[in-house]
Amino acid sequence: MIGHKLHKPENKIVAFSPETLEKIHELISHYPDGQQKSALLPVLHIAQEELGGFLSADLMDYIASLLNIQSIEVYEVATFYSMFNIDPVGKFVIDVCRTGPCAICGGEQILDYLKKKLNINEGETTPDGLFTINAVECLGACGAAPVMQVNTEFHEFLTSEKIDILLDNLREMANEKKVSQSRWVEKFF
Amino acid sequence: MGRKILLEKAGIPGIREFSIYRHHGGYGSAEKALIKMSPAEILQEVTRSGLRGRGGAGFPTGLKWSFLDRKCTNPRFLICNADESEPGTFKDRYLMEFLPHLVLEGLIISSFALGANTCYIYVRGEFKTLIGILQKAINEAYQQNFLGKNILGTGYSLDIFVHPGAGAYICGEETALLESLEGKRGNPRIKPPFPAYKGLYGCPTMVNNVETLAAIGPIIEMGGEAYASIGKGKSTGTKLISACGNINKPGVYEIDLGLPVEDFIYSKEFCGGIKDGKRLKAVVPGGSSVPILPAELILRTAGGQQRLMTYESLADGGFDSGSMLGSGGFIVYNEDACIVRNTWNFTRFYQHESCGQCSPCREGTGWMEKVLNRLEHGLGKMSDIDLLASIAGKIEGTTICPLGDAAAWPVSSAIRHFRQEFEFHAEHPEIVRKINHGALVKNQESNIQYR
Ligand SMILES: Cc1cc2nc3c(=O)[nH]c(=O)nc-3n(C[C@H](O)[C@H](O)[C@H](O)COP(=O)(O)O)c2cc1C
Ligand code: SF4
Ligand code: FES
Repeated sequence: MIGHKLHKPENKIVAFSPETLEKIHELISHYPDGQQKSALLPVLHIAQEELGGFLSADLMDYIASLLNIQSIEVYEVATFYSMFNIDPVGKFVIDVCRTGPCAICGGEQILDYLKKKLNINEGETTPDGLFTINAVECLGACGAAPVMQVNTEFHEFLTSEKIDILLDNLREMANEKKVSQSRWVEKFF
Repeated sequence: MGRKILLEKAGIPGIREFSIYRHHGGYGSAEKALIKMSPAEILQEVTRSGLRGRGGAGFPTGLKWSFLDRKCTNPRFLICNADESEPGTFKDRYLMEFLPHLVLEGLIISSFALGANTCYIYVRGEFKTLIGILQKAINEAYQQNFLGKNILGTGYSLDIFVHPGAGAYICGEETALLESLEGKRGNPRIKPPFPAYKGLYGCPTMVNNVETLAAIGPIIEMGGEAYASIGKGKSTGTKLISACGNINKPGVYEIDLGLPVEDFIYSKEFCGGIKDGKRLKAVVPGGSSVPILPAELILRTAGGQQRLMTYESLADGGFDSGSMLGSGGFIVYNEDACIVRNTWNFTRFYQHESCGQCSPCREGTGWMEKVLNRLEHGLGKMSDIDLLASIAGKIEGTTICPLGDAAAWPVSSAIRHFRQEFEFHAEHPEIVRKINHGALVKNQESNIQYR
């Protein structure tokens, strides 16, 4: 169980783009009539990715209205699942696996190395807003230990050299303002 | 090379694509099942095959299918459990990544056999890339009329949708999965009613593991009896084992059930022995939830028999000297591994993943984590060991879902088989502090709080 403190609504206007909205309506049709709440997890993934990287209270209220459910139904779900961010995060969220199989293959050292190199602790974001480090549980890739994900993209058989190169690449990507990889909203159709 | 049933086509270039899968005989079983067989005949073949659930519990699939409420007039659902979050387990990922159409073929035959017209694949959210791969395969299957309305002109219709989780191990438990699929927190339901009667949206629902469902196509192709002739006793067929830890060749292997554990660990075909020429210390053979066994007990049972990769042999000796095949997540530890540290690590996992509904699980996992944390960091005392065993004993069997047991077993088995290591930690705090991962200990110490 994870504890979270929700932020107060700031009554900012948030909204999906018309194209995304259309996809969301299609997504809702994957579930029986009246069960639109089932779309909550996929919609939260899309919302987090497209609208700022974390789930502000305003954003969650907006999703509640889209799915025609109470705000509290969104809050309680958003705070239950570890992939949803309640607090703002960096552009690149680095999720390092800390569980047994990775740990006995050097995962703890990888986490330490990253923390030292970026000079932050788990759960923190670098002052430039680029990187957040999380220590997460088994990512289902133990055969390639040690493992981590950067914005859900796998990086396997990690070494400190690989991390050096990766961080350089990510910084470059950020400079060139490249958007990374495939989007959640494209995954379900 | 061992026999390949599930992974037979895995090496074919481009096999992820419908046309290539089809070209190599793919979807032949779906055709056979939907056109030539009745649901009852399919069920009979599955029962004959002796196939057992590959999600962890090993319950006979045919029997489980026979429980589905067929009198209820509500729609029925098939759920493919692709939450795969049990530490050490990464076999379903392999199937979905390399053989998405084999999985779909199994889902189509199974849905038809169960009379379900809607099937959801619940995939853990971290497998975002796999969700894309599955969806692409689903789209192809729709185009080829293996999905959608009136499949192959049989009048049978089926929709398959992919549904993402969002980082919660507990959602692999089937009733938590259903809650999650309904857009709620993943709190397991009290059973009964079982999902076969009241599952998704209160309708009859079958939840099966990816590997279980992927085996249905080959079973229809070869016949239940032929499948049952592979393996040993009640452990029929082949099983995917995901091997990891301190071995030369971590990876996913398909084995005939009945293979000696020793062969699996040391043969070049499989794990390839212990890495860097070290010695084997212990194995967790079925995912983090099953009891850990020291080298001598994983290779041979307490009675001196060769230990085999079967449900029965791995469980031989019960909780005293046995373990379980579980999900097939095979974690190998070399002589350098610290069992106390590993136990602490796993307990922290369960504490993090407990949904918090039952006090013994919610409080017990947190309490065990604290005690193990201080033992591991040279701040524990001798009485902590019995305290741990006692907490674990009080969680076992007192909770809504098996996560409580899953959290307790690693602790009680580690103490049972490696008590001297726990005692060493309590007796020699200075040494423990010094040898344990230098910098890390410092960090952790400052975080430790007593209540
Ligand atoms: C805490 C917990 C986590 C589980 N995780 C998974 C999982 O990730 N995948 C899975 O197939 N089964 C998992 N199971 C087992 C399921 O509850 C269920 O038994 C299984 O999906 C049934 O499929 P099978 O009969 O094909 O094995 C888990 C069970 C528990 C108690
Ligand atoms: S045993 Fe643990 S995870 Fe399972 S329902 Fe109870 S509190 Fe939740
Ligand atoms: S333990 Fe790290 S991916 Fe499984």
